[in-house]
Amino acid sequence: MPMPNNTTAASTRKQKGAGAKSTKAASRKKDEEEGVEMVDGLDEAPVKPKDQLELSEAELKEEITRILTANNPFAPQNIVRYSFKERSYKSTSVVDQMAVHFVLEGNLLHQDSDEARRLRAKEGLFEETTVVDAEAEPEEEEPETPATPVEDGGDMEETGEDDRPDSVASKTDKKEPKLTNQFNFSERASQTLNNSLRDRCCQTEPPPRVTFSDTANQWKTYDMYEMETEKQEKNKDKQNATPKKENDNSKKKMMLIETQSDTITKVLKPAKILERMCNQNICDDIAQDFKYFEDVSDEFRDQKGTLLPLWKFHYEKAKLSVTALCWNKKYQDLFAVGMGSYDFSKQGHGMLVFYSLKNSAFPEYIYPTSSGILCLDIHELHSHLVAVGFYDGCVAVYNLKEEGQEPVYKSTAKTGKHTDPVWQVQWQNDDMDNNHNFYSVSSDGRVVSWTLVKNELVFTDIIRLSLNGAVSEGPEAVHEPIVVGGTSFDFHKHIDYLFLVGTEVGQIYKCSKAYSTQFLETYEAHSMAVDAVKWNHFHPKVFISCSSDWTIKIWDHTINSPMFTFDLNSAVGDFAWSPYSSTVFAAVTTDRTVHVFDLSVNKDQALCQQTVVSKKKTKLTHIDFNPVYPIIIVGDDQSCVTSLKLSPNLRRTPKGKKRQELPKGPETEVAKMEQLLRLLREPDPTTV
Amino acid sequence: MPTNYAEVEETLRRIQSQKGVQGIVIVNSEGIPIKTTLDNSSTVQYAGLIHQLVMKARSTVRDIDPQNDLTFLRIRSKKNEIMIAPDKDYFLIVIQNPSD
Repeated sequence: MPMPNNTTAASTRKQKGAGAKSTKAASRKKDEEEGVEMVDGLDEAPVKPKDQLELSEAELKEEITRILTANNPFAPQNIVRYSFKERSYKSTSVVDQMAVHFVLEGNLLHQDSDEARRLRAKEGLFEETTVVDAEAEPEEEEPETPATPVEDGGDMEETGEDDRPDSVASKTDKKEPKLTNQFNFSERASQTLNNSLRDRCCQTEPPPRVTFSDTANQWKTYDMYEMETEKQEKNKDKQNATPKKENDNSKKKMMLIETQSDTITKVLKPAKILERMCNQNICDDIAQDFKYFEDVSDEFRDQKGTLLPLWKFHYEKAKLSVTALCWNKKYQDLFAVGMGSYDFSKQGHGMLVFYSLKNSAFPEYIYPTSSGILCLDIHELHSHLVAVGFYDGCVAVYNLKEEGQEPVYKSTAKTGKHTDPVWQVQWQNDDMDNNHNFYSVSSDGRVVSWTLVKNELVFTDIIRLSLNGAVSEGPEAVHEPIVVGGTSFDFHKHIDYLFLVGTEVGQIYKCSKAYSTQFLETYEAHSMAVDAVKWNHFHPKVFISCSSDWTIKIWDHTINSPMFTFDLNSAVGDFAWSPYSSTVFAAVTTDRTVHVFDLSVNKDQALCQQTVVSKKKTKLTHIDFNPVYPIIIVGDDQSCVTSLKLSPNLRRTPKGKKRQELPKGPETEVAKMEQLLRLLREPDPTTV
Repeated sequence: MPTNYAEVEETLRRIQSQKGVQGIVIVNSEGIPIKTTLDNSSTVQYAGLIHQLVMKARSTVRDIDPQNDLTFLRIRSKKNEIMIAPDKDYFLIVIQNPSD
């Protein structure tokens, strides 16, 4: 409210009357004054309101100063703020004095601003000049706009105007607007037939997928390398071989056949292993005995020993007697059994059977033969070659590596087979052409050497046995020598050409391979046929002969009479030297007993005499020592082979002076024997 | 080949007739039983479980020395013994009660 006006008005109107000094009343007063002035013409005294302040003359004259400032009367004047710096409340000195009376936000844009440019660009209006209705627009536009120059206002008006006839203006840019007749304009439209849209898609069958997971192990890498090297080698071979297409065809055929039968035949090997495992389980105690049992009671037996029965090998299909036994030198658990018949009247077929200690239930190899087998021998080096002598005089060689039941070589009448049963065969060292060869002796009096040349057996007569000793083959022979059948022979272990032949009449001839006409020596050994004659494994001079006249005799080949004679009370079927000692040997007799002798311990009696088989009618026919294990196998005439373990007493090695074990070499064995012989050559030869 | 087949059959028959043998299962390299003398559920169970075991055992042996290979595996339990003979493509399982 204008105070100075009041004072001036008041001062001017002092004369007229009391003027109210208060502000409130001033306005009324003014009105009143104006009213009064308007009514001045009426010339009436001013009317005093009833509540007017009564003031004295002095007070009326008092001058009151009123100042006009631009301060906002509503602005606070005592704002206090806390200052963290000074940590106290401070009054703010400056206070905003602006009083805003009215605010309105407009929507005008500066034409050069970005937004305006964008809008323009959108509408596509450039340099559009339209008639501006200047007077109409400003009124519509808001008057209060923050500091917009008049030009801008004009521009804004332009744009504003442009906004309204927008559609029309844009169309003028492009084409003529459609002028429609207001009276009979009708718009017709037609729609074309659109082909219906078809969605065609094709889905292929996903390629067959197989999830594959594997572990990269060291051994898998190794296997892959092995396969690769094999492939490379095959490729090399293929390159060397000529027709490729033929090979492929034949291979395809082979593959077909193989796949059909492959499935089950591949199981053969694991099946065999499993059979052995089952047997091991069943005969577990036997296996343990075989390996570990040592009869402790031998210490109390005063040098006598026992034989512990282990496995029994029985092939039921053969009702034959065991006629030959032989251990395989290379695979020491494998042994061969030849079956036939000793009975002259009951000659029939025979069988060659191989057993392994690991499987006592069933043989490893079975070869049926047409004639009874009488003897067999396994080659020392090539243990797959087996020489067999038959009752009908043939000899044959089997190859265990070959499939098939037939022998690889067989002698026939043309190729010089014997005319009588072959009693013994034995392999020899390869001859100079590296051909294998073996010898056979038969009742027809011939000792024949057979050589395996390529696919044939070539025979050579080595010697003919006759009663008179010398045999002259030439036509100058005065009289026909009486041919004597040979029943056994043995070749010297070290001296290659030397061999012994036992005859049906009880004589033993010492012969040499070099001399085919003469014997080196003749020993009057027995009264009946010499069943077996064998050189000692260690001592070069000693050999044993056994005969059906119940005796076993030990000889020194330089001396014509036997050194030892043992009477066993029964026909001796066979005997064998032990491979570990030069003084130990075992013999079997027809009364089912096995006799084991150790000459270094007891020169007169057997260390062990034991019945091995239970049935009373069985006769023991053959015996053989295992090359490494302390077991012996005994064959009988019921086609059963029994294996027995030798107790420690029977396996004694000589002890040195200070009770130490002497080194187990052949020298010690020889020395042992020598000792014995020296004893004999002294005055009292011992005979039983 | 036919003689081989007969031989295999003969061997399996012999094993089956051995004392204490309860059953035989032939399993191929993928763990699928081919031939068995047990009932179906037992066969499937044995084949599946033992296949894994054999793979593991073989892997172990060969990891130590790649030139070595597993010859057979014996699992002896209180009631019986499971014997496994593995081959390149097959393995044979025999369950035997050794104390019979």
